Amino acid sequence: MFEIVRKQEVAPNVHETVLRAPAIAKKARPGQFVIVMVDEKSERVPYTLCDWDRQAGTITLVVQEVGQSSRKLVLLQAGDEVAHLVGPLGVPLEIERFGTVALAAGCYGLGAVLGIARAMKAAGNRVVTVVEADSHYLHYFRAELQAASDEMIQTTIDGSNGTKGHALDVIKRKLAGGEQLDRVIAVGCLFMMMLAGEATKPFGVKTLVALNPIMLDGTGMCGACRVSVGGQTQFACVDGPFFDAHEVDWEEIRDRRVAYSDEEIQAVARSAPVERRRGHGCVP
Amino acid sequence: MSQAIDKKSIPRQPMPEQEPEDRVRNFDEVPYGFTAELAKLEALRCIMCKNPKCVAACPVNIDIPAFVALIQAGKFLEAARKIKQDNALPAVCGRVCPQEEQCEGACVIGLKHQPVAIGRLERFAADYERHRAAVTIPELAPPTGKRVAVVGAGPAGLTVAGDLVLKGHQVTVFEALQEPGGVLMYGIPEFRLPKEIVRAEVDYLRKLGVQFVMDYVVGRNSTIRELLDEEGYHAVFIGTGAGLPSFMEMPGENLIGVYSANEYLTRANLMKAYLFPEYDTPPIRRRRVAVIGGGNVAMDSARTALRLGGDVTIVYRRAREQMPARVEEVHHAEQEGVKFRLLTNPTRVLGDRRHRVTGMECIEMELGEPDESGRRRPVPKKGSEFVIELDTVIVAIGNKPNPLVPRTTPELQVSKWGTVVADPKTMQTSIPGVFAGGDIVSGAATVILAMGQGRIAARSMDTYLRNGAVAESGS
Repeated sequence: MFEIVRKQEVAPNVHETVLRAPAIAKKARPGQFVIVMVDEKSERVPYTLCDWDRQAGTITLVVQEVGQSSRKLVLLQAGDEVAHLVGPLGVPLEIERFGTVALAAGCYGLGAVLGIARAMKAAGNRVVTVVEADSHYLHYFRAELQAASDEMIQTTIDGSNGTKGHALDVIKRKLAGGEQLDRVIAVGCLFMMMLAGEATKPFGVKTLVALNPIMLDGTGMCGACRVSVGGQTQFACVDGPFFDAHEVDWEEIRDRRVAYSDEEIQAVARSAPVERRRGHGCVP
Repeated sequence: MSQAIDKKSIPRQPMPEQEPEDRVRNFDEVPYGFTAELAKLEALRCIMCKNPKCVAACPVNIDIPAFVALIQAGKFLEAARKIKQDNALPAVCGRVCPQEEQCEGACVIGLKHQPVAIGRLERFAADYERHRAAVTIPELAPPTGKRVAVVGAGPAGLTVAGDLVLKGHQVTVFEALQEPGGVLMYGIPEFRLPKEIVRAEVDYLRKLGVQFVMDYVVGRNSTIRELLDEEGYHAVFIGTGAGLPSFMEMPGENLIGVYSANEYLTRANLMKAYLFPEYDTPPIRRRRVAVIGGGNVAMDSARTALRLGGDVTIVYRRAREQMPARVEEVHHAEQEGVKFRLLTNPTRVLGDRRHRVTGMECIEMELGEPDESGRRRPVPKKGSEFVIELDTVIVAIGNKPNPLVPRTTPELQVSKWGTVVADPKTMQTSIPGVFAGGDIVSGAATVILAMGQGRIAARSMDTYLRNGAVAESGS
């Protein structure tokens, strides 16, 4: 069993969840993920590793309630335990001195890019972090991201905090204005990540996105998470989760993501309604 | 002698089983198993050969005449204990071994009559002991102070763990999934191998002192090198299996509704999706299903789909006699209403605008000249393409070795197929103190072959742990 040592709702329906998992903390690297089973009847659900503390033996996940299994996780409190926690899984993100690295983040991505921002900065990059949200109260980890970035820009769709608009509008403006970005990394809903690829392609900036298709075991065994990248079938769990945004077959992954939506709606309907998020119409 | 005449007049005893029309509506085990009377009667058919061919044909060389004699005498618990001297998983092997090719295939009675039902007797003895909660713990050898890491809790790893703990070594088994058993848990369906049996056999190993660490991915949490150099293990066994699904590489294979057999069966078996919504993982419950392949995994997938309410067709490119599945499995599938489209090969999967499967284009095949495998090669018949309407396709054409350990262990020698190279006599790999067995060495094979390799590995690991080297002969 794995204990939750700290938990707080950092924005509505965004739960910073710190778990004791020394074996994972010891090996965690930016861009990797874990699989959680809250209890013996849960699904195996992947979550990005946002942060980790090797000395304390803890890892940090950001959890949003979207279905039955994430609801179970969100309802746990500090002191409670999850039945199974596996990781770190996936190929770590390539961390090198690229020059200027722009991180575009939305929804759960605000948490997911934190570890990446720190590692990129430590590797000597100038880190530009652009975070988006529907409204000011959905921005979280502001101080942490600020500290991990050389420049941080906050955007809101309703204009209530920072720049009005999407994170990618900022990236596009920077590129159009001639600013040199050596690498763009986008983490958020599928639509946002797809747009990231479209925005940077004309400028030839290498853009990586963290794909999050449906997974089952997360260790390469089942093939549920296969995605087409550059015309090749890849398994997001062992070949990813990061892929070149300019090579991804977006239409295919979009449709595969919702393969079980009918069943999931049925499962969630057994308890209480789940908040549907607006914004890009994202299905996190 | 009159007794001999009597023996030959006894027919092979059928095993009582659920009627097909009942069992397609549940996931309960299909055969009920022998009663004590049937077991004794069947055991009587054994003529106790002086030079028993069945023992030689068993990958773990179970002393078959000895345990059959104990069943003849009504000493069922003693029979179970006799088997357990050679096989830690008798209830599993009695159910899933291809006995017709192994012990029963070599049975002398089978030359003129039907062979003795050795598998059913093995199953009976193991079940008898378990049902009476009469499982006893054998005496362990004195502790050697040596620690062994077993990577993967499938049939090979469980065998190694059971053998080495009996010899006094301290054994830790690492497993990436949430429950031990490997393919026995995620691959083989409940109706063929109830999970309660796997749990009981794992519990037996726990009672012997084997430690299980779940949710631990060797290759990620620790490498093989780290297990040896930093974590104090004196030897390592790699039994990570063939868990990487193969696909046909045909157009439309990533459409929604195309699954690997691994995904389909893992959802159903390990995640208990057929009990959704009590369990959270949704099942794949569709109307018209095609399963591509002719092996046991294809039969398991087809019979699972049938129980989830589907109309199911097996699509196989060769002829019926060439199907690699056990005859009994094909027979069960057929009885339950699975349809067969033999000499048929899929060419592409068709979908709608939402990327959901609507059908599959196939081509008819005919048998040509024999290929490398000695089987007549299927050749497409020109212009015979046709479309089957479907909403689900399950690809059951095999698995490749799991690459995680080889990828993270650079000094480990690997074949061009991705399997770990191990000396067949000792199962030692290119790294001293590191042994391997099961599907990671042989490619996708059977439970009992994996256990046979586990047995060989355990023997040479014991020698290695005691002497610091593996004996030349491997014994």
